Amino acid sequence: MWMLENAFVIPLIPAISFVVILFFGKRYIGADRVHIVGITALGLVWVLSAVAAFQWTQRVENPPPDAIVQVHDHGDDHGDDHGDDHGDDHGDDHGDDHGVGSGHAGDGHGGGHSSPLIRPVISTFSDWWSNAGVNFAVGTFVDGQTVLLLMVVASISLLVHIYSTEYVKGDRRYVHYYAFLSLFTAAMLFFVMAQNIIQLIVGWELVGVCSFALIGHWWEDKPNTDAALKAFLTNRVGDVGLLVGMIVLWGTFKTFDIDVINTMISTNPGAHHLALLVAACCLMAAVASKSGQFPLHTWLPDAMAGPTPVSALIHAATMVVAGVYMIARLYPVFYEGFSIGTSSINLMAFIGGFTALIGAGLAFAQWDIKKVLAYSTVSQLGYMVMALGVGAWTAAIFHLFTHAFFKACLFLGAGSVSHAAHHTFDMRKMGGLRKDMPHTYRTFVISSLALAGIFPFAGFWSKDEILLGSLVGQQNGYPLMLIFGCAVALMTAAYMTRVIWYTFHGEFRGHGHPHESPKVMTVPLWILAGMAVLAGAFNLPGPVLEPIGLEGLAHRIQTYAEPSVYLNGLGLSHPDPSLTMALVGLALAVSGILITYLYYWRRIGLHGLTERNRYARRGYTILENKYYLDHLYNDVIVETVKRPVAKWANRFNQNVIDRTVNTAGETARDVGRWVYKWIDQGAIDGSVNAAARGADSSGEGLRSIQSGKVQNYGQLLFGAAAVLAIVFVIVV
Amino acid sequence: MEVTGFDTWVLSLAVFLPLVGALIVMLIPKAYETELKLVALGSSLIALVVGAYIAIQFDYGAAGELQFVVDKGWIDVINSRYIVGLDGLSLPLLLLSLVVVPLCLIYSWNHIPDPGNPKAFFVLLLILSTGMNGSFVSQDMILFFVFFEVVLLPMYFLIGVWGGEDRRYASLKFFLYTLFGSALMIISFLALFFLSKDASGQLLQTFDMRVLTDVAGVGIIKSTQVWIFAGLFMGFGIKVPMFPFHTWLPDAHTQAPTVGSVILAAVLLKLGTYGFIRIAIPFLPEGAIAWAPWIGLLAVIGIIYGALGCLAQKDMKRLIAFSSVAHMGFVMLGIATLTDFGINAAVFGMVAHGLITGMLFFVAGSIKERYHTLEIARLGGLLKSAPRMGWILGFASMASLGLPGLAGFWGEFPAILSAYNPGAGLSEEVFRVYMVIAAIGTVLAAGYLLWLYQRTAFGEPTEEFAEQKIADVNRDEWIAWMPFLIGIVLFGVWPNLIFNVTDDVVSGITASVEAIAAGN
Repeated sequence: MWMLENAFVIPLIPAISFVVILFFGKRYIGADRVHIVGITALGLVWVLSAVAAFQWTQRVENPPPDAIVQVHDHGDDHGDDHGDDHGDDHGDDHGDDHGVGSGHAGDGHGGGHSSPLIRPVISTFSDWWSNAGVNFAVGTFVDGQTVLLLMVVASISLLVHIYSTEYVKGDRRYVHYYAFLSLFTAAMLFFVMAQNIIQLIVGWELVGVCSFALIGHWWEDKPNTDAALKAFLTNRVGDVGLLVGMIVLWGTFKTFDIDVINTMISTNPGAHHLALLVAACCLMAAVASKSGQFPLHTWLPDAMAGPTPVSALIHAATMVVAGVYMIARLYPVFYEGFSIGTSSINLMAFIGGFTALIGAGLAFAQWDIKKVLAYSTVSQLGYMVMALGVGAWTAAIFHLFTHAFFKACLFLGAGSVSHAAHHTFDMRKMGGLRKDMPHTYRTFVISSLALAGIFPFAGFWSKDEILLGSLVGQQNGYPLMLIFGCAVALMTAAYMTRVIWYTFHGEFRGHGHPHESPKVMTVPLWILAGMAVLAGAFNLPGPVLEPIGLEGLAHRIQTYAEPSVYLNGLGLSHPDPSLTMALVGLALAVSGILITYLYYWRRIGLHGLTERNRYARRGYTILENKYYLDHLYNDVIVETVKRPVAKWANRFNQNVIDRTVNTAGETARDVGRWVYKWIDQGAIDGSVNAAARGADSSGEGLRSIQSGKVQNYGQLLFGAAAVLAIVFVIVV
Repeated sequence: MEVTGFDTWVLSLAVFLPLVGALIVMLIPKAYETELKLVALGSSLIALVVGAYIAIQFDYGAAGELQFVVDKGWIDVINSRYIVGLDGLSLPLLLLSLVVVPLCLIYSWNHIPDPGNPKAFFVLLLILSTGMNGSFVSQDMILFFVFFEVVLLPMYFLIGVWGGEDRRYASLKFFLYTLFGSALMIISFLALFFLSKDASGQLLQTFDMRVLTDVAGVGIIKSTQVWIFAGLFMGFGIKVPMFPFHTWLPDAHTQAPTVGSVILAAVLLKLGTYGFIRIAIPFLPEGAIAWAPWIGLLAVIGIIYGALGCLAQKDMKRLIAFSSVAHMGFVMLGIATLTDFGINAAVFGMVAHGLITGMLFFVAGSIKERYHTLEIARLGGLLKSAPRMGWILGFASMASLGLPGLAGFWGEFPAILSAYNPGAGLSEEVFRVYMVIAAIGTVLAAGYLLWLYQRTAFGEPTEEFAEQKIADVNRDEWIAWMPFLIGIVLFGVWPNLIFNVTDDVVSGITASVEAIAAGN
């Protein structure tokens, strides 16, 4: 289990690669060969991640004694633990000792659970920082969820590295591109194995910076830098929630340790409800910004200004799922905070479902193929958040897993199209490309079917679980979420069919001769398309596998990845597979494809509706303007703060505060002048001078000269007084 | 700890070596320019070596106690003594000061601003150095006051002689404003001298800061403490500077020569916050508790207000100056919570702000030297014209907006965090509101810094400078900047380098405040 305990080497490798590429790339490796470093590093990362994943499955299958937490039925008196000879089981000692797993297996534990609860592997390395006499360690936290993400990040990052050698070839900042890809990978890997919430914050922000740098990769053009700024600033808005939410967690549990926080909640659910609600709401804002949830999703489509492989890696497959990942990682916080187990609607489920809906709606009104995919990402992320909101933990993570592959494939496919067709992403300038680009076409269709949720592609299985989770819920079902989810299933199939029509069918509307991309781009596409077919197999429901006698392979993601060590304490249940639900979901997707097929291929349906109907036109205008959210943020909020408010503050500064200071200074000077003129020179000196006035009339002249220089006098006097004061203090 | 032999001298050496250097430089005729520069740099470097020796010899296990203490008679008439000593609170700030000055000398080596005269310029920087170093090690109020004031004159002349167009107004404003605060401060010092009593009610009549820390204001009734604290508040608050006493800062920064700005930001402002932690709070805990909500209020107003001010600026240097108001707001918020957590964060924030904002001012100075303007609208495309400088500006901006992994974060986040649970019985509701406002300030910080970066570094160079050759970072600049850049990364990656050193002192201070609060 070496790899699980020393997982820190995994992010360390791309971090080193970043330093090597950035500082030595141009000079010692050659500007056009730096990808070798990046790909080598990612290859290593992939192998090590695979080792870690394998070792984790071993840990679950044959748990070492110290990995098992003794199972108690929910609601048992945990005070008993101390009495029995199994020692402390429920993490009472976590605060002090992370190196050693804290449970003892003993033989035969009751409780009625089918599988034992496996503790994560936690390693801490050193005192990272300290405050108020407490040392805070930096460490790694590895469990099934972590290794799953390691595999996703490593696989897609590796493929994107390879794909980019062709796609970004000859770019003016090839070196920086690869440097930041490496840094991003390092930050993302660091994030997924965060042992405490401070590390979560660090990783969270670092991936944000890499996103900023890569969106603004071609910073000569203002739209790109605008998009980069928008991404960063929107995320900063969410980060307020992140900081405050994490602080509330700290204030409540007096620890940053994720394991301790989760254990404390799961062993004592119901306590601290208010604090958890506040924390969950705050963190939800952070999720909204990072994972593109309404109302902070507006940056994500703009982020498509970055190079396409970056969109695939960062803005589809990995970074944007950071929010989903964080919810899953701190699930007890959200589960208790939003009362997911007992409610039938809550903030997270609603935000997720609503985002899924509006994202899918916007995808119809786009002409830029990448923007369609971006809104699709928004929509699918909404699905994941909704799944978490209804208590379907495994469904969300399963969907995260499958989505990463088929969405990365779609983005890279869009990149391939653009690479071949004169660098345009405008679907109005495409069409008929299926003949010229057979590989791109086939992989794109496969991934679209997966996204649409067609049997037996990957998306079908994960989407079905989400719909099922909404239907069943925990104690109550989530009917509204189910309606949202079903609508989105239909819409997703429809807008992807539209994309395929405009891009690959009909007549070619661009100019030049499109051609298939080279192997170095199509091979990654085929690998991802393969995963778009197969990824569903990782969490197949039991009834599907029983006929072929492989029921032992059912629900592998649930078995390996779900942190039941925390979730069991919350009483989280899993719905039984339902054939009806699966058929309904499939029927919706098929009808979505069918309607669109008839509309475009057979010209059946309400063509020209937007020209004829006022309300349809108005609806389309709203979609085209993205619900006017960008106007609200840019023209109303940002411009108000940037211009009038800031100007007003500045004017207040100059005219009120500074004026007060200057007036005080001037008044002092005037008083000095008055005193000098009328009292010192007039009264005191005057009486002296009066005696001499008759004798010497030059006093008049002298006085006027002195008065004329009174300003300098004032300065001199003040300075002299200060110097005298100092001298006085030193000498006396 | 018994101090013997060489150790009795080290602190005084660190403080006065630059002054000795200044005296020698004064004796060297102007014509021997290289020689006098070498002497100046040499003296500050030797002081730095002494500082390194102090850092090595320092007993980190006893960081809460004063070390290298020297206590000699000085002005017996008023019972003021020459007491210097160093603990975990002073050490990082002393080192910061010792590092910054030689780097500024190196940066200025070939860049003496108009009207030239390197001799006077270097002499003033060295005197300034003595004042700053002395302030951080003084353990006698009068001695502290002397060093505190010694800092003023060289800075006055640096701004007034080598500054920009409006230098006279800016330098005079700086001088008078600070002096005004100092006047109130010395009155408070005298009040402390005359009113402090020990536990048995005996009048102490001492300026010894160790004694005053120990008695923690027990003999002074609360209403008096509030008044004395008000005087100290003016003295230190103006120096920080706190809203609404900050208006001298943008003018001073904008007009000051580059190294003047750097030193002002990196060290001088810290004298104010240091004063709060070293003097105001431990001497007058009840006054501190009474004032803390108001300090916190002004701090968060400063955070938002400074950020808004930044957004309105058209001049890059003035923008950075306003950002100091916002950043020092975080430091003051940490202090106002009267918790270990907050004050440790404040000390970290002081060092981090010194490095980061110092770095930003360096870059601004170098841009000014090349473009002869800092008007944001006229700049642009720095990444294209001078890529390395553009990267450094980007790096420093990221550090300044509090990116985790770089130093700025560790001053900002724990300070915000500490406001969740303020100490000494302060109102949680009030401070939690402050916490949220401060957190919102981080958005604005990102806004003005990235907007600045977009307008100056991204895009194509403006027509005005498109044809012009803009030199990239040169050797002197690399030498002067590298320690700043390394420090920003190092403290960001391993913050315990500072937290570990300061924690003992700070917990001692807050423990005594808590004890007083509990007694009420």
